[in-house]
Amino acid sequence: MSTITLASKRRRSALRTAAFMSPWLIGFSVFFAYPMLSTVYFSFMHYDGFRPPTWSGTKNWTYVFEHYPYFWPALRNTLWLVLVTVTLRVLFGLAIGLLITKIKTGTGVFRTLFYLPYLAPPVAATMAFAFLLNPGTGPVNSILEKIGIPAPGWFNDPAWSKPALTLLFLWGVGDLMVIFMAALLDVPKEQYEAAELDGASGWQRFRFVTLPNISPIIMFAVVTGVIAAMQCYTQPLIAGKVASGVIQGAGTQFEPGYPEKSTLTLPQLIYNLGFQRFDYGSACVVALVLFALSMVFTAFLMRRRGGLIQAGD
Amino acid sequence: MPIPFAARKTAFALTVLTSSLALLTTACTGQSSSGASDDASANTTINFWHAWSAPNEVKAVNALIAGFEKAHPNIHVNVVSNMTDDKINQALRSGGDKAPDVISSFTTNNVGKFCSSGALVDLNPFFKKSGIDPETTFPKAMNEYTQYDGNRCTAPLLGDAYGLYYNKTAFKKAGITSPPKTWTEFQADAKKLTITQGDGYKQLGFMPDYHGWETTTEHYAAQFSPTYFTSDGKSNIAKDPAFTEAFTLQKNLVDGLGGFQKLEKYRATLGDEWGDKHPFQTGQVAMQLDGEWRLGMALATKPKFDIGVAPLPVPDDQVAQYGKGYITGTIAGIAATSKKQNAAWEFVKYITTDTDAVVNFSNAIHNVPSTLAALKSPKLKYDPRFKTFLDIAANPNSTTSPASINGGVYLATIQNFGYDYESGKVKNLKSGLEATAQQIDTDIAQAK
Repeated sequence: MSTITLASKRRRSALRTAAFMSPWLIGFSVFFAYPMLSTVYFSFMHYDGFRPPTWSGTKNWTYVFEHYPYFWPALRNTLWLVLVTVTLRVLFGLAIGLLITKIKTGTGVFRTLFYLPYLAPPVAATMAFAFLLNPGTGPVNSILEKIGIPAPGWFNDPAWSKPALTLLFLWGVGDLMVIFMAALLDVPKEQYEAAELDGASGWQRFRFVTLPNISPIIMFAVVTGVIAAMQCYTQPLIAGKVASGVIQGAGTQFEPGYPEKSTLTLPQLIYNLGFQRFDYGSACVVALVLFALSMVFTAFLMRRRGGLIQAGD
Repeated sequence: MPIPFAARKTAFALTVLTSSLALLTTACTGQSSSGASDDASANTTINFWHAWSAPNEVKAVNALIAGFEKAHPNIHVNVVSNMTDDKINQALRSGGDKAPDVISSFTTNNVGKFCSSGALVDLNPFFKKSGIDPETTFPKAMNEYTQYDGNRCTAPLLGDAYGLYYNKTAFKKAGITSPPKTWTEFQADAKKLTITQGDGYKQLGFMPDYHGWETTTEHYAAQFSPTYFTSDGKSNIAKDPAFTEAFTLQKNLVDGLGGFQKLEKYRATLGDEWGDKHPFQTGQVAMQLDGEWRLGMALATKPKFDIGVAPLPVPDDQVAQYGKGYITGTIAGIAATSKKQNAAWEFVKYITTDTDAVVNFSNAIHNVPSTLAALKSPKLKYDPRFKTFLDIAANPNSTTSPASINGGVYLATIQNFGYDYESGKVKNLKSGLEATAQQIDTDIAQAK
């Protein structure tokens, strides 16, 4: 009798636990587990959305890795954006945040000036940059030529297209500036005072007081930045289209990553393969590669620093 | 706190159950039937999605539909404009009451994909039922680009023909008395018309770069009458000398007119294709490869020179075929998911084969009529120069790019090779064409 009661209690307890967990379980199943399993499933299928999916083994994987000519350039570009753009954005955002928290007058004006570009719609901002950096008619190159500096081809030159994109991302660094400002203002003043009493220099105060205090925020900025860089789609696509002069509309072909595939990113491939070619299997392969990369980057960053985990505690 | 074993089991079971159901559901969707059992004489409403968006074009489409509804008072057409191919493709897959029964697309390159996937129904039985022979109704090239592998899943709904626009005033100044008929004459004229200024141009004879909007690989190649695929469906671009000649011609033009870097720098300063600052319209470029629509657009900007129109040149050994050109156009088809296919056919039949309907539509949006009868109709109203495009469309030597199972992917692959070749990134044309052909075959195999 007591055994039955114990078993019944355990069952009820388990059901209660499951009931409390059910919102998360449903959310996890619908928004993560199902799409994830589906993506894995379709990566081994030949499926165009009309005919029933058929088993194709590793054909899609072989195609993407060995025969799809845009995969490796897109992967290289995505990694470039992750490493260079994220690093520069975090450094620049931190520098602007430090600057604005230090200045005595006009803080509000500068804060507004640096934050406003972040509010510009990505398509409009990219088109404006493409206009400003137009090698033939853009004002930037006109100024550079007038002062005797060689004018780059920017979005029309494969060597300069990614640096031009980086400039665009740095221009819209207002989001990072705001969170760094909040973190910097949150550093206890007593710690700076104690450091000053100990004779610490400006660099030492930054290195041993500021940096440890804001490291969880830096970690947050890096992880979200890496994920955003890996999802980068709009700006490279628009920049390539505007610079090429060929607007992809009805009747025109998909031109990947003008100039010379230098602005091609993995999310562009997912759209092209999945929703223009309707080769869902290959699109799923690229999506899984992107997912794996995100996991690798996140795991690497979390293990190296552990900043977010400390903050959570 | 560790999660109790029972809870973990429940969570796992729920996840697996949800995923399995979802997978099963997914595996069973996306199919369509092609049974046409509806009564076309009953009162019904069909959905028509098209890509036209300019106010005058939308007005013309509405007039076309009004004509149909007058002739078929029992069939009402619910029209949706400005639909891109991506949206159309997605709607054709999803189906439902709001999905289109009839679609029209500007992208003839997608016909192979529409037909092979079964997204659009084969119109051959409908044509047969109505006693219409497509071979004698539509021009040859239009007949070709509306079907794939014997499956005619689309019909032409007006067309585009490509020719040569030239600045008559600049020609006169340069001492050129007539438009070039061969590519040799064309190259000489392009150089004569080019006036350099500093490290740029005051006037460029011709913008040969593949990014020069309509100067695409397929438009050049059409003048050499190429065969894109062998009879067994393999890419023929490495074997057919037409491609070698077309790529060589373009490269010679690029090198002869100042080189790729100089031309690209100049191109970056030019206005866009669809605006008033188009370089042909502003006089910055003296000759332009373009479609029939350019005439109306150029005249609307009131240029300070006389516009001449002629067929594009041909290779020196094909002078007898002067007058041919590249043909493409808008296509119309019936969704496989439509439950009103007979009513939809009445609509498609009217807009694509009724001579007066085609002529009126052509008069309204200045595209080339897509039936042989309409091309000869005395009701056609046009600028005398537009006749050049009507003749190109009717010319039996005019060509198009054939439908492929993966749509226009092979054309994009050829075009991308063109970018590499014109820029000098690829130097060996022969091996480059072989690699491109191999890539096309691989892409097609992947799509099958």
